[in-house]
Formats: sequence, C-alpha cells, structure tokens
Amino acid sequence: MSQPFRLNKEGLINRNKKISFTFNGKKLFGYEGDTIASALIANGIHLVGRSFKYHRPRGFFGAGVEEPNAKLQVEFNGHSEPNVNATEMELVEGLSATSQNCWPSVNFDVGAINNFLKMFFPAGFYYKTFMWPKSFWYKIYEPFIRKAAGLGVASIEKDKERYEHKFEYCDLLVTGSGPSGLASAYAAAKNGAKVILAEDKPRFGGTLLTDDVSIDNLSGKDWAEKIITELKSMPNVTVKNRSQVFGYYDHNMLVMFERVSDHLETKSKFTPRQRLWYIRAKETILSTGSIERPIVFGNNDTPGIFLSAAAKEYMKVYGVLVGKKPLIFTNNDSAYETALEFKKNNVEPIILDTREEHSSELIDEAKSKGIDIRFSHGVIVANGYKKVKSAKIGKLNKDKNSFEKIETVDCDCICVSGFWTPSVHLASQSGNKLKYEEKIDAFIPDKKKQHETSVGAANGSFTLEESLKHGFENGSNLSAKITETKTEISIPNVNEKKYGAHDKFWCMPLPKNENPKRFVDFQNDVSVSDIEIALREGYRSIEHVKRYTTLGMATDQGRTSNLNGLQLVSNIENKIVPEVGHTTFRPPFTPITIGTIVGREVGMEYMPTRKTPMHEWHEKNNAVFVDAGAWKRPRYYKQGNETLFEASKREAKNVRENVGICDVTTLGKIDIKGPDAAEFLNRVYTNAWMKLPVGKARYGLMLREDGIVMDDGTTTRISENHYHMTTTTAQAANVLSHLEYYLQIVWPELNVNVVSTTEQWAGAAIAGPKSRDMLSKLYPDLDVSNDALPFMGYKEAEFFGVPSRIFRISFSGELAYEINVKSDHGLFMWEKMMEVGKEFGNQPYGTEALSTLRIEMGHVAGPELDGRTIPSDVSLNGLVSKKKDFIGKNSLGREAFNVERRQKIVGLIPIDRKSSIPEGSHIVQDQNAKLPNPKLGHVSSSCWSVENNNPFSLAIMKDGKNMIGKKFFAVSPLKNKSIEVEVISSHYVDPEGKRVRS
Amino acid sequence: MLYIKCPYCGLRAQKEFSYGGDATVKRPNINEEVSSEEWDNFVYMRKSPRGKHVELWQHIAGCRQWIKVQRDTATHEIFQTAKVTEEIR
Repeated sequence: MSQPFRLNKEGLINRNKKISFTFNGKKLFGYEGDTIASALIANGIHLVGRSFKYHRPRGFFGAGVEEPNAKLQVEFNGHSEPNVNATEMELVEGLSATSQNCWPSVNFDVGAINNFLKMFFPAGFYYKTFMWPKSFWYKIYEPFIRKAAGLGVASIEKDKERYEHKFEYCDLLVTGSGPSGLASAYAAAKNGAKVILAEDKPRFGGTLLTDDVSIDNLSGKDWAEKIITELKSMPNVTVKNRSQVFGYYDHNMLVMFERVSDHLETKSKFTPRQRLWYIRAKETILSTGSIERPIVFGNNDTPGIFLSAAAKEYMKVYGVLVGKKPLIFTNNDSAYETALEFKKNNVEPIILDTREEHSSELIDEAKSKGIDIRFSHGVIVANGYKKVKSAKIGKLNKDKNSFEKIETVDCDCICVSGFWTPSVHLASQSGNKLKYEEKIDAFIPDKKKQHETSVGAANGSFTLEESLKHGFENGSNLSAKITETKTEISIPNVNEKKYGAHDKFWCMPLPKNENPKRFVDFQNDVSVSDIEIALREGYRSIEHVKRYTTLGMATDQGRTSNLNGLQLVSNIENKIVPEVGHTTFRPPFTPITIGTIVGREVGMEYMPTRKTPMHEWHEKNNAVFVDAGAWKRPRYYKQGNETLFEASKREAKNVRENVGICDVTTLGKIDIKGPDAAEFLNRVYTNAWMKLPVGKARYGLMLREDGIVMDDGTTTRISENHYHMTTTTAQAANVLSHLEYYLQIVWPELNVNVVSTTEQWAGAAIAGPKSRDMLSKLYPDLDVSNDALPFMGYKEAEFFGVPSRIFRISFSGELAYEINVKSDHGLFMWEKMMEVGKEFGNQPYGTEALSTLRIEMGHVAGPELDGRTIPSDVSLNGLVSKKKDFIGKNSLGREAFNVERRQKIVGLIPIDRKSSIPEGSHIVQDQNAKLPNPKLGHVSSSCWSVENNNPFSLAIMKDGKNMIGKKFFAVSPLKNKSIEVEVISSHYVDPEGKRVRS
Repeated sequence: MLYIKCPYCGLRAQKEFSYGGDATVKRPNINEEVSSEEWDNFVYMRKSPRGKHVELWQHIAGCRQWIKVQRDTATHEIFQTAKVTEEIR
C-alpha cells in the first residue's frame, strides 16, 4: 500500500518500522514517529471531523497543541478516550481512531443541515431561542441540545490504567526545549543548578527541527541533539519529553503532565500510563515559544487549509506533504520558508503576500528559485466542501478594503500565516500582567509576580540569535544566584535568515454580495459575523464578548483565535488592542486526563484504611464493616442468613441479658502529662476536675468557645500528673489540635504535654449483667467486686501476663468495663476474652448494636452533638459548673441559648409500636398542613429497643421536655413516610442509671 | 499550593498544614470578668482584609506546632512566618 503524500526521504520518522492502525474502520499504516495526523495526511486523508455547531467538514489545521479541529475518539490498550488531539497523539500499533460529532458518518453527517440553516444560528441563538416556554427546557430543549452538541464520548468502563503523581523540587524548571529553552537549561546546568527541562513533544529542539538555520556550523537539529545529549549526561539535570507543563500555581508550584507510555506498544505491569508532576521550582524559565496566527478569510475552515508552519513541520519532521498544489497566504516572511520547503520537494507553490512589493532576504531567495509571488494579494474564499479545490483570490487596493482584481486559482491546500503569537499562558497564570507589544501586535509578559522569566519567542523575540542570547544569559544569571557558581559560556555563532516587517492585516474583506462564513474560532464555530452581532447587541467587555459568542472557550483555549478576535473587536470598536484587553488564561494549558489528576488515589488508595489489631479476627468471624472516618469497624457479626436488623437485635439483646464484647480501639486516646494537667482539664471541660482522685475516671464535656458542645468522653487519672483522655472516634484529631491550640497559644504558662495514643492502645468493652463474672475469670487474682472496682473506677493489672488497664466505664448503660492493652496484644486479648466468655454467653457486638444500646439509654453521640447543641439541649447541664471558668462558658449566657421553649432532647415512640422512624425526619404538628409546614424538631437517632421490643428514637425538639405525653408526626419526605409518634423521656431504659452502678 | 516555612521544620508544602484563622485575636483571660461585647468580639468578630493578614496555621502532619504566618490574602504571598511566641513585625 503506498502513501501518496509521503516524501521519499525527508523527516525524522523511522521508515524501518511500519505501524498499522484504523481510521473510521479503514485499515491504514504509518511509521514509528508519526502522529495520527501525519499518518492520515500521508494517506491523503483530510476530512477527520465535523464542527461543533454547524457540523461543517473539518480537517487538520496545525501540527501540535494549537490544533482546533482534529479531535478524535481513540481506542488503544483496551480503553476508549474522547477528544484526543490527532496532531499530538503518536501512532501506536493497533490504535483505532474514529471521527467525533458526526452521524451517521463523517462523510455524510445529518447535523450538517445546521450549516445550511446557519442564518438561524447566530451568536446567542441558544440564549434567545430556548428560553420559552420555560417548562420545555428540561424535557425537550436540554436533551436535544445535549445530543446535538458535544464532542467525543466518555467511556463508562472503569479506567484500568495506572496513573502516578510525583513531587519534585528543582532550582530551575525550563518549560520548552526550543533554542532559548536549551540555552537556558544548558547555562544553568553548567552552573551546577538542579535543572528540569520539559518538552511537550516527543522530540527535543522546538523550531530548531524545522527552521533552516545553523549554530556553530551545525544544523539546528544537530545542535539541539548535541546539547540534549550533554544535558542528559549531567547528574543535576532531568530531561523530560512528552511532558507538558500546564499550570503555574502559587509559590512557584508548576504542574506537569507526562505521557509516559501512550506511545508504547507494550509496557510492564507497573509502568504508569501518565504521570502528574508537582514541581516546586526556585526559578522558572518560560521558553514556551509562539503559535502561528491565521488570517481570517471566507470558508477558512475547509479541510486542506493549514497554518503555514504546520505544513513545514509535516514536511520536515514527518516527511509528509499537506498538498501538491499549495497556495501560501501570508502577511509576513516566515511563510516563505514553507514555500521554499515545498519547492525543495519539487512542489510548485504560489505565494499570496498581503504586503506591497518589496524585498527581503527570504523574498529574494524565493524569487531566485522562481516561485510565483503575488504581492498585495490574499485569499477571499476557499472553494470545496470536504476539501479545498480552488480559491478565489483578490488583488487588494491600497487601503486594503476592496479589490482591484478577483480571480480563481486551483489549489489542493492553503497554508496561511498571520504572524506569530507568543505563548504567554504560563506567565499569565503566574500572575504576570501582560503588556501589548506594538512591534509584534501581541501580548508579552510584563511585571512578574513570581519567580518566572520568559525567554525567546514566548517573550516576543523572534530571531534565533536573540533567543539564544536571552536563553544563555537568563539561564546563567538565574541559576548563579542559587548555586553561587558562574561558568562562562560563549554564545555560539548563528546563521539565520533575516525577516522583513510583517503586515498588520488580519482579516480579508469580502466583495459585495458575497457572504461566506469567516471563522475566527474553529473549535467553537465562532465567525466574524458572530462577533459583529455581539458588539451590535451591546457587549463591550472582551470577557462578555467571549462568553456570548464562546470565542476562545473551547479546549484549545483560543490559541489560534484570541488575537484575531481582539483585532476584530478593536477594529469595529475603533479602539487599540491594549484598550480592549485580553481574556484570562487559566490552567490547564492543554487538556489532561482525569486519571492523571486522580493518580493512585482510587479505590482502596482513596484514603488510608485504619484497622484495629483485632481486624483479622473480625474478618474471620463474618463481621460486616462500616467506615468510621478512616477506620473500619465491625457493624455486626453475621450469623447464617441474618439481616443487619436481625443481627444487631440479637447482639444488643445478648448484652442486655448476658455479656458482649465490642472493639473500642478506634476511640481517640490522648495522654496528658504535667504538673498543671488538672488545671488544664478544669479549663477544657465544663465540669470540675481539680478533685478527681488518682485511680478514678470521670465523664467530661467540652465546648467550643461559642458554647456549642464539641465532644464528650471519659478521662482517667492514671497518677498524680498523668491523665488518659478518651474522645469520640470522629473528633479525635480535632480534640488534639484543640488542646494543642490552648497549650501553645492561649495558656503557654501551663506545664502540660499532650500526645495522641490512639494507635498505641487496643481496647475492648465488656458489657452486660454478666460482665463482672467474666472479668473475674479474666483477672483471677484481682478483686473486681463493686467495692474494690466501683463505677468510674480504674485499675492496672496483668491480663494473662501482659500489662493492661481496666476502666469501669459504660457507653451501653449496662454494667461494663473497658480493657486496654498495648496494640500488639490486642488480638491476644480479644481471643482470650472470646475463650473465657463462652460460659457466660458472651458474643461480640458491632456498632449497630452499640448504637441501639446507647440510644435506648438516652446517651448522646455524634447525631445529637451535631455542632448545633449546647449542654442543656442534650440534658447535660448537670455537668456544667457554675463555680469555675472554662472554654465556652461565657457564651452559655447568650440570649438565644436561654429562651423559653429552647430545643431539648426527647424520646419518641411510634403510636403503633411497630413503624421504625427514619433518622432525619421532621417533627410536625399536622402532617397535612400547607407547606412550609412548621418544623418542631428533628429525629437524630433511631433504633429498635431490644428492652421494650418496639422502635425508639431520640429527637431534638422545641420545648421538648414540656411536650412529653403529646402526639406529633415524624415526617420524612425522603423516605415518603409519616409516622404518628408520642413524645417520651429520652431515658427509655434504666432512667435512674442503676445498672452501671450495680 | 502554598509553600510555608515552618519555624521549626523549614519550608513545607501546604498539604502538611491546617489553617487556624486570625492570629491577632486574643482570648480574654480565664477567670476574669468580660463584657459581653468583648466576648462577642473574641468569638465572632473577625476582619477579612484584602492584603496583609497575620494568621495561625498548625503543622499537623509535621511537628504539630501552631505557627504565625503573615500572608497576603489577595496574592497569597507569604512575607514572614514565626513561632506563636514571637512577634510578627
């Protein structure tokens, strides 16, 4: 199979390795080193997609990141990816690409009817048309528009690829390996700086690969290769190709997207597909180059129309001709290089130069080679629907708004050049306010906000000599400040062609009675007339024009359209461009995959998993786990076909009747030491702590300064100046920070140290009427009687040879103990308890049973302490000392906290004693009242009371205590339930608290 | 992402820190009478300046020390960091 547009020898591709791929089902081949674009063009294929709004046929326009049209759906390595830039994606064996935004095919697209109805689709069409009637939006307009618009199709399969994140630090980050980037990196590397050189493309060298220049008697390409080889050999330099620095964030943090293996046919299991680099650079050199600007003319989006530098790149890098009958349409000298390259490959171009006849080094060379040059000429409109066939060209009169002569010439491609736009995206992202440089009619970086320096074309220097000089100087000076070493480097001799001045000409006028579309933004189908309409309708700010017309808002971020748009606005408005200003540049510079952003933080790696030392046992014994922050806690232990409801009822009942054990390792534990520890606790907790004896525990309540309950838990005095504090699982980290805040900032005079010991201790609660009997078997040598170890008592004793702490505290409201051993002994303790507990009917219980037990006892937890309740709301005002000061005390006097009918905790039972009350239900007087139905409170926690065998809930309710005995409705629109309930005391079981003291 | 110089550990990524609000707020002394106006000012009233702001951060994934950071709230520029016992000029 021959490739009709492949040159015989030019290019940097590997002609020894053929790669086969498919495009829209057709089997084709290219060579190693091709992009999808270059391989398709080599095969003579230009029609690759349909445009966003009008479904017009579109082909390739650029050769890299600037490409606005050629976005394909690409399948390889078993996954499908939308919107892949055909000019960037390297060819890889087995790749399959298809056109997007067309149906049934790119050749025959039904949506193209929009193109013939285009007078009905002006700027703002959607805003104006689909506003009425309002009810049509969701059911008719929105689904229709959604189907008609959009580009590729996102895969709904799980992404099986591996992505990685990397954090890196360096002295100098150089973004772009063109001449100025290479020079900067080289100079800095010679000064001993730690350098990262990033290149977006697979090949290093930037314009050196395509420009006809020589440096120190080497061709540009050979010089680039020499420098790169030397840089690669230096230990202080990291050189990365296929790596796009796409974002410039605060404090010189830059983010880079590396395509690690998309170009590889096979790779090892652990090779990531793509990698995200977070690079903290002391200094950054922005050598991002420039992008060629098009000139706007009629039907300028027809396949076969290219940027002139892209046409040159296809010849020089890929050995591919974009056409055999080219028209070169330019306002400057750089396109002459493309013409000369065509000529070199025996193709006869015609140059249309908008400038009047004059001479320059390049023009003279083109003339001497016999190239047909027509000055004061331009393309008015391209003819051909799916491919350029001919062009109507015109000779411009002196003021360039009408034509002296119009004729039609045959051509198969048009290469257009409207001069160059520096890529200032990263500089702008860094906070650099750009300035307009009249000389090049474009924005360049101005005053810097961060440590960035733009060099070369990115800074508006379009000669090689200047770019190299800037590169060497800045690379050397910036790095010398860091390394304090300066190595002298002589700037090499350069041989390049001198360019003449460009023409300030951006948009071709139209002859009378002709009205073809002239596109400014190809990807979003924004034409000259759209911008005219926006201005006519009163949009003035460039940011508004952008949003109304969507100019520059596509994934190419207007790389080829922004400045032409600005020029148009400034012409129509009669303002100069700097007055119009530019729109904001935002990261990412190029689209990056979601997988790369996520990295390895998926599935189990999404967050750390905390497991207790007994986790393995729980797993073996059919525990069903629940997430409690990062912890995994057994929710219930499933026996046979039990449901959650059945299992938790069984477990809770067993605690009430016999004894159960529960893994409480996850509770926060804080060790508090120091001579002022008692004073500190006295300030932190609402109740009194000065007189707690050694060997005793106390329940404590802590508030925030605004009077809201922060957390509760028990604290035990281990010895004179040593306390052991417990917090809820959820608040452990916050409470520690809270304590540290007061010790470090507010009361540094207190001699107290705090440290988290959550991970150091494994804990198990033994609860139930038979727990003392079981405890006495666990500690045969210890007196565990009610006198020797009373409620809130504490003892240290050996547990089968290992040290342990025994706390007589209870969350279940039963007679209960908590045993702590060192984490390493946790599993041993648990297994011993299971073994010894057998004769007492011991069963493990999970968090669901634990909740049931605490709810029916009226013990509060997270759902009640929800950041809105003060102590009296949850009936804990008995713990609030009147005698001493503590954190948050002054707030408790606030008027709103002391109003009559303030909310209070109550219990609820359903009238039918059967219907469970959904948590979160609202309590209302009349379930049928008109909305908004006045809310009297909400249901915070619900359970099935095992003691009374009916549902029971806790609720926070307005004037709660006075509502006891009254009937209301608990309404949950979410669950579509309304249940008649009676208000009772929140202490449903053992209200006197006899059991814990028994 | 900010780059914060912990006075104890050196330059560290923002990820290691947690924000703690205005550092110039002083809590009324414990066991001392305060007017409700003074108390409300301490609990609720905060300035939200555009520009220089001295604030607290805690190096939670490091030394766990609370520190002072003088930062520009508009540009994120950090001018100075200090221990909480030190003054920011």
